[in-house]
Amino acid sequence: MEIGLSHYLTVAAILFTFGTVGIFLNRKNVIVILMSVELILLAVNINLVAFSAFLGNIVGQVFALLILTVAAAEAAIGLAILVVYYRNRGSIAVEDINAMKG
Amino acid sequence: MHPLLPPLGAVLPELVLALAAIVLLLVGAIRGERSANLVTGLAIAVLAAVFILVLLKPAVPVVAFNGALVIDPFSRFMKALALLGATVSLIMSVDWLNREQQNKFEYAVLVLIATLGMMMLVSAGDLIALYLGLELMSLSLYVIAAINRDSVRSTEAGLKYFVLGALSSGMLLYGASLLYGFTGTVNFEGIAKAATTPTLGLIFGIVFVMAGLCFKVSAVPFHMWTPDVYEGAPTPVTAFFATAPKVAAMAVFLRVAIEALPNVTHQWQQIIAFVSIASMVLGAFAAIGQKNIKRLLAYSSIGHMGFALVGLAAATPEGVRGVMVYMAIYVAMTLGSFACVLAMRRNGRAVETIDDLSGLARTRPLMALALAGLMFSLAGIPPLAGFLAKYYVFLAAIQAGLYGLAVIGVLASVVGAYYYLRIVKIMYFDEPADAFDPMPGELKAVLSVSGLFTVFYFLWPAPLIDAAGAAARALF
Repeated sequence: MEIGLSHYLTVAAILFTFGTVGIFLNRKNVIVILMSVELILLAVNINLVAFSAFLGNIVGQVFALLILTVAAAEAAIGLAILVVYYRNRGSIAVEDINAMKG
Repeated sequence: MHPLLPPLGAVLPELVLALAAIVLLLVGAIRGERSANLVTGLAIAVLAAVFILVLLKPAVPVVAFNGALVIDPFSRFMKALALLGATVSLIMSVDWLNREQQNKFEYAVLVLIATLGMMMLVSAGDLIALYLGLELMSLSLYVIAAINRDSVRSTEAGLKYFVLGALSSGMLLYGASLLYGFTGTVNFEGIAKAATTPTLGLIFGIVFVMAGLCFKVSAVPFHMWTPDVYEGAPTPVTAFFATAPKVAAMAVFLRVAIEALPNVTHQWQQIIAFVSIASMVLGAFAAIGQKNIKRLLAYSSIGHMGFALVGLAAATPEGVRGVMVYMAIYVAMTLGSFACVLAMRRNGRAVETIDDLSGLARTRPLMALALAGLMFSLAGIPPLAGFLAKYYVFLAAIQAGLYGLAVIGVLASVVGAYYYLRIVKIMYFDEPADAFDPMPGELKAVLSVSGLFTVFYFLWPAPLIDAAGAAARALF
């Protein structure tokens, strides 16, 4: 079987769905949310690289590299905020993040 | 000019801002915590200087960096607005942060970096510049929301903002990857040329990009973070969040919709109309039961974004002009309202429930008068500025044949008037509580300018309308 563009797009769509569902269905731990976010970005990168290869256009790969860089910064900032939150609250369980409601 | 040499003169304001942010970070790092007031003062000066630089630029459109950045009258208008919001909210924050012993030099530096991201976002001419500008802005905002790192509420606000913001960036990116894949380019003009027939992939791309952008302007159904972040973040930070980032996000929303997707208008018009109705209605109803004034202003800003999006749904130059006028007036009203919230301090402690305002007319008559004017204006009562803002977007919607949208908008603003008028009633007719501490001079100045602007704007509306009209035509 020939592996075509649609196969790559399907994999990316499945990964994207896993990432989104992981954020909403997760009741345990904020770290899992961070992992889900990485999964979403991974799906985007697969999309971009697949499109780039099939279009014969390098821009998609440049975009993917920039996303990798920004994702690293994003993860660093997210973990930093998580650490200060843990110091104040003593827990990073999702159901404990409820100081404000309404 | 050498063809490979980028036109650096065109991005001079951005360069100044970036260099200033780096230098101020070094100043803060070398001189330590004591330098907070110095760094903040310099940051205000830099923002004001960049504001002037942006305004001094000739209105000739320049395309820089292979189409990555577009400097045109539209971006000039929105940049000036975002810089105004950032400058004034930074000026208002100094006294508050000093009193709460929260004055860190990082705050001013992060505001500068976030503003740099906004300027890049407003000027973005392709999807890559859009993403990088958006992340530069958002990453700084996540940190600013959690700037009070010893407070559970502030760090929780930062955490919530980060998680939902990262999700929205992911959705925007997924949409961007589909747009790129189905048009073969990331450039907005190229996308406009290639996206003439709505294919399934293209529509998915549009939906995801719009979802990501809706999050940034806090439009329903992507508004969940707004009340919590507004309430949890320190008040000056909330004032900043409510003004400058909203302007930048709305600007990029307009640019993507009008410049990149002009040939598939029918596809995104429905999305915008739905989002706009949902935001107006939720903003009107959800704010009614609120007790915290910051939370109330959060729902109010959700509603206002809905009203502004009415103009985008019209997808005409008049509609875009309406959105720009709306954002300008919204920034003026919001800065004034937050000057009042920042002045709500009793015996040295900040208070933020609506009941704390009771009887304000007897203890602080001028502040009550100004806040009442702002509340009437936010409610959209003629002839105040907020009414004219709504008038121009609804006019555009009616000219575009969107009668239903305009009718629902007017009804939502009637419902919304209830909670604005309730604040006025509490200030004027309830038993007075203890007087607030004296208001710092800069808050007085911001409140007077904003109050006078909103009340007397109808006497001389032409300059803003004309500037917005000229800027809006640059997009078409």
